[in-house]
Amino acid sequence: MEHGRRPQAPPGSARAIWRALGYLGRYKLETAGALVALLLVSAANLAAPQLVRLAIDEGIARNDNATVLQAVGGLVAIALGRGLFNFLQGYLAERVSQGVAFDLRDALFARIQRLSFSYYDQAQTGQLLTRLTNDVEQVRTFVGSGVVQLAASCAMLVGCAVLLLNLNPVLAVVALASVAPILWLLRNFVGKMGPLFGRVQAALGRLNTVLQEDLRGIRVVRAFSGEEREAARYRKINDELLGHNLGIIDAISTNFPFVGFFANLGTLVVVGVGGLLIFRQKLTLGELLAFNSYLGFLLMPLMTLGFIAAQISRAGASALRVFELLDTQVEVADKPGARTLPPIQGRVELRDVRFRYAGSEREILRGVSFVAEPGQLVAILGTTGSGKSTIINLIPRFYDVTGGAVLLDGHDVREVTLSSLRSQIGVVLQDALLFSGTVRENIAYGRPEATQEQIQAAAEAAQAAEFIAGLPQGYDTVVGERGVGLSGGQRQRLAIARALLTDPRLLILDDSTSAVDAGTEAAIQEALDRLMRGTNRTALVIAQRISTVRDADLILVLDEGRVVAQGTHEQLLASSALYNEILGSQLQASTPEAA
Amino acid sequence: MRRPGSLESMAELEIQRAANRGAVARRLVTELRPHQGTLLVALGLVVVSALAQAIGPYLVSRAIDHDIGSGNAEALLRTMLLLLAVYLGGAVASRAQTRRVGAVGQQVLASMRTRLFGQLQALPLSYFDKRPIGDLMSRLLSDVDTLNQFFSQGLTQLLGAMLGLVGVLVAMLALNVRLALACFTLIPAMLLTTWFFAARARKAYRKTRQTVGSVTAELQEELVGVRQAQAFNRTDENIRRFRGRNAANRDANVAAVGVTSAFSPAIDVLATLSTALVIGYGGHLVLQGQLTVGLVAAFLIYAQQFFRPVQLAASTYTLMQSALAGAERIYSILDEPREPADVPDALELGRAQGRITFEKVSFAYDAEHPVLRDVSFEVAPGQTVALVGRTGAGKTTVANLIPRFYDTTEGVVRLDGEDVKRVKRASLRRQMATVIQEPFLFSGTIAENIGYGRPGASREEIEQAARAVHAHEFIAALPKGYDSVLGEGGATLSQGQRQLLAFARAVIAEPRVLILDEATANIDTRTEALIQRALSTLLAGRTSVVIAHRLSTIRSADLILVIDAGRITERGTHEELMARNGLYAELYHRQFREPAAAAR
Repeated sequence: MEHGRRPQAPPGSARAIWRALGYLGRYKLETAGALVALLLVSAANLAAPQLVRLAIDEGIARNDNATVLQAVGGLVAIALGRGLFNFLQGYLAERVSQGVAFDLRDALFARIQRLSFSYYDQAQTGQLLTRLTNDVEQVRTFVGSGVVQLAASCAMLVGCAVLLLNLNPVLAVVALASVAPILWLLRNFVGKMGPLFGRVQAALGRLNTVLQEDLRGIRVVRAFSGEEREAARYRKINDELLGHNLGIIDAISTNFPFVGFFANLGTLVVVGVGGLLIFRQKLTLGELLAFNSYLGFLLMPLMTLGFIAAQISRAGASALRVFELLDTQVEVADKPGARTLPPIQGRVELRDVRFRYAGSEREILRGVSFVAEPGQLVAILGTTGSGKSTIINLIPRFYDVTGGAVLLDGHDVREVTLSSLRSQIGVVLQDALLFSGTVRENIAYGRPEATQEQIQAAAEAAQAAEFIAGLPQGYDTVVGERGVGLSGGQRQRLAIARALLTDPRLLILDDSTSAVDAGTEAAIQEALDRLMRGTNRTALVIAQRISTVRDADLILVLDEGRVVAQGTHEQLLASSALYNEILGSQLQASTPEAA
Repeated sequence: MRRPGSLESMAELEIQRAANRGAVARRLVTELRPHQGTLLVALGLVVVSALAQAIGPYLVSRAIDHDIGSGNAEALLRTMLLLLAVYLGGAVASRAQTRRVGAVGQQVLASMRTRLFGQLQALPLSYFDKRPIGDLMSRLLSDVDTLNQFFSQGLTQLLGAMLGLVGVLVAMLALNVRLALACFTLIPAMLLTTWFFAARARKAYRKTRQTVGSVTAELQEELVGVRQAQAFNRTDENIRRFRGRNAANRDANVAAVGVTSAFSPAIDVLATLSTALVIGYGGHLVLQGQLTVGLVAAFLIYAQQFFRPVQLAASTYTLMQSALAGAERIYSILDEPREPADVPDALELGRAQGRITFEKVSFAYDAEHPVLRDVSFEVAPGQTVALVGRTGAGKTTVANLIPRFYDTTEGVVRLDGEDVKRVKRASLRRQMATVIQEPFLFSGTIAENIGYGRPGASREEIEQAARAVHAHEFIAALPKGYDSVLGEGGATLSQGQRQLLAFARAVIAEPRVLILDEATANIDTRTEALIQRALSTLLAGRTSVVIAHRLSTIRSADLILVIDAGRITERGTHEELMARNGLYAELYHRQFREPAAAAR
C-alpha cells in the first residue's frame, strides 16, 4: 500500500534531478537549439512593447501615419519571427524530453528483465509499472521543457527588470515592489500544493485499492454479508479524499485571485505614480504604456517559475524512484569471467545446500544433498513450505544458494553464464502464464526460430493439438489477456508444449495440477508423463501423484528444509512414516486396484 | 502536465458523445440541486468579478485621458482608489466564487462515487459474470475522472471566462463600436485556426494513445511474466522488442508535438495582429479625432483579454462532451436493476438447523442455455453432500443457489423448510460460509483477513480459528505473526497458505452450512489430510456442501450427487456408486489410473 508522499522533497532528490539532467548530454544540440529559440522568443516579446510605444508616441501623438504603419509592420514581423522560434523551441524540447524518456525506459526495462526472483518476491507490479510510466513521465516533462523554461524565465525576468529600470528607475522600483508579494504567494502555494497533491494521490490510490478488492472479492463480500462494511470503508476514504480535494480548492482559490490582484496592483501603481511623473514632465504617455506592457511581461516568467517549482519537487521525487530502481543490484548475475556451460549430460548434484530468503530469519533449506544421474526421474515430496519449490528454483539459478553448492555435470552453476545454463534447462512453473500473442508464439516462447512442424509436434506431445485445432484460428489464435480465454488445463498444456519444444537435457517441473476435471487431468498427466520420461532426459519433479512417484528412480522426502528420507517407492513405503502419511489417502485409494 | 485550454488537453481527450446528451445533462443538473443556494451565490460572485475585469481597463483609460491628460492629481488619486477597490473586489469575489463552485463539484463527485460503490454492492452477481474486472475498473475510474476534470477545471473556468468575455465585448462595444467590430473580424480566423489544428492534433494524439497503450501493455505483461522470461532465456529478445515499441512511442509523440507546437505560435500571430489592428486602425481614428489615446490603450488590454476565453471555450466544449459521455455510463450502472430486495414480510432466520432442500430446481442465465434442470435433493442437518461432475456440469451453480447468489428460474430452494426467497438475505447468509477455489484475501493483516468472517472477533477467537485449520503454525512463523500485512492479493503467501486463511475465515463465522467449492485443489495431500481432520471435527453438527475434483476427498460424504449437463444422474454413497459402475466410477478410475508404463 502506498503511503502518503512526504511533505518535503525527500533528501537526495536534488541529486537525482542533477543525475536526470545528465541524460541531456546525448541531446546537446537539440537542448541548445531549444534554449536559443526560447531566448529569441523572449527578445521578440521584449521588443514588441517598444514598437507599441513608438506607434503611440511618435505616430499617433504626432499625427504621423507612416510611423504608425511602420510600427504595425514591425509588430507583425515580430509576431511571425516569434511564431517560428516558438515552434522550434517546442519541437526541439519535445525531441529532447522524449529522447530522455526513451533512454530511461530502455534502461529501466533492461534492469527489470534481469532483476532476480528475490526482487520480485517483494515487488508489487503496480508500483513498478508506475515507475516506468508515471515517474518517467514526471522526469520527462521537467527535463525536457522545464529546464529550458527555467533558463528562459530567469533570463526574461532579469531582462525585464533591467529594461524597466532603464526606462524609468523610480517607476521600476515602485512597480517591482508592488508585484513582489506574488513571489511570496507562489512560494507559499508551491509549498502547500506539493504535500496536498501527494495526499490526494495517496487517498485516490487507497480508494482504488478498495474498489478493486471489492470487485475481485465480490463473492467473499457477499458470502459474509460484508456489503455494509465495504461501503463504510469506501465512504471513509472517499470523505478523506473529499477533504484533501477541498484543501486544494482552498489553496487555489486563496492564491490565484490574489496573484491576479497583485499583478493588477502593479498596473495601478504604474498608472498612478506614472501619472504624477507625467505631471512633472518626467515621463511621456507612450513610455507609461510601454512600461505597463513590460510589467505584464515580468509577470509571465514569475508565474512560470512558480509552475516550474512545483514541477521540480514532483520530478525530484520521481527521479529518485526511477534511479532507485535503476540502481537495484541484480543479485544473480554472471560472475566476471564466467564460462559458457558446455552441452550437458544432465547430472545434477546438490552439496549440503542451504538457503534463506533475503531478510528472512528462517532457513528454508538446511543442508540438502543428493545426486540425480543423467536420464533419471527424481521426485521431490514434502508438505507445504518444506522447501520443494526452493530446490527447483536453485538449479536454473533463479536464486543463489546461501551455503553449499549446486553442480551441473560437475560445474558449479555460479561459475557459468546464465544464458548457457538456462538454455539447457526446461522449466514448467506452477502457474502456466500465457503472453498476449498467438498460440504459435506462446509455444515457441523459448525457441522463437522453431518451425511450424516442430511446434505442432510439441503441441501433439503435450496433448494440446486437439483443442488448438478447435480454436477459431488454430495456431494463429491470439490468446492471453486480450485474446481468447483458455481454461487452466489448456494453459497448462501449452506451457508443457513450450517446455517440450526446447527439448532440454534437464527438465524441472511442478507436477501439481490445479483444479480441472478428471478427464482433463488425465490428459495433462499423460502430457506430463511424456515430458518427464523422455529418453535421455534428467527430470526433477515436485510430485503429488502416486503415479509419478511410483516409478521415479529416486524419491526425496522433504521436511522442514531437510531430506528426511530418500529411495525408491518400495523402499520408502517400508521405511518412511512421513512418506506413508503424505501419500496416505492415495495409497488407500489405489491399493485395491493396484493389487 | 497539461494546462487546461491547451491544444494537448483538447486533443488527448477522445471525442466521445453521449447518446442522449439532453437527458444526461438534465440529470447532471439535478445533482446540483442540493447546492442551489451556493451556486446562486457563486453566480452572483462571477458577475461581480466579471464586472471588475471589464471595469478595470476602462478606469485605466479614464485615468490616462482625463486625469493625467488634464493634469488633475486629485482626480487621478480618486480614480486610482476606485481602481484599487475594483481590483480588490474582483479578487475577493473571484476567490469566494472559485471556492464555492469547486467545493460543489467535489461534493457532487464524492456523492457519485459513494452511490456507485453502493450500487456495486447491490448489483446481482450475474452482473459481474459478464464483465471483466479490469474493464469495469478502468471504466469507473476514467469516467469519474472526466467528470472530475469537467467540474474542477471546465465548469469554473468556462463560467468565468464566458462572463468575462461578455464583459469585455460589451465594454469594447461601449467604448468604440467601429474599433470593436474591427477586432471581432479576427474571431472567425481564430476559430478556424483552432479547428484546423485540433483536427490534426487529435489524429496525431490518437496515434500516441495507441503507442503508449502498447508500451504499457507490454510492460504490464513482462512484469508479470519476468520469471518465465528468465526461465526461458528470453531476456535479450524481450529487451529488443520493448525497445521497438518504446521508440515508436517516442516518435509518435515527437510527431504530435510537431502539430501542437505550431498551434500556439499561430494563435500568437493572430493575437499580435489584433494588437496591430488596434494600433493601426485605432491610431487612424485618433488622427481623425474620433478616439482618444487612452481608449487605444484600453483597447490594447481588452484585445489581449478576449483571445483567451474564446480558446478556453473551444477546449471546454470537448471536455464537456467527454464528461457527458462519462456521466451517461455512470448513470447506466446506477440504473442497473439491483439484487431483488427482501420481500416485505421476509422472515428473519434465527440459528438454523441446516436442512437443505432443492425442489425441482431449474436455473438458466438466459433462456437458451439452461444450466440446471429439475434438480431435487435433500440434505439432513449435519450431513455432508458432495457434488461431482465434469467442468461446467453445474456443480458451482447448485452451491451458488443456497446463499441466494442467484435466484432459481424454477423450483424452490429451502433452508430448514423455508423458501430462501422469503427469508431476509442477510440472515440467510449469516448461516453459511463459502470457501472458493481461488482464495481471495484483502490487503491488510492476516488477523483482519480471518476476522472478516466475523466482525468484532477477538484475537483469541482469530487464533483459535487459525489453529483449527492448522494455519497457526505458519502464521506464527512469520516475522510479524498475525499482524503481517498481506501484499497484492496475498502475494507473499503460497497458494496453500492462502487457502488455509480462507478456511480460517470460514471457520470463525461459525456457519450452520459450509460450502467448499474446489477448496482443497491447491493444497498438498498431507495438508489436505490435516484440514480434512480439522474440518471433520468442525463439521460436526453442520451441514456441508463440497465440490471437489479430487475424489479421494469426498469418499466419506453422506451423499454424493453426480451432476451431468445440469441434471443429477447418479446419487448415493461412494460404495453404492462404485457398484453402479456409472459416470462416478469412470471418473474415479480415471483419476487413479495406472501410470503409462510403456512410456519409459
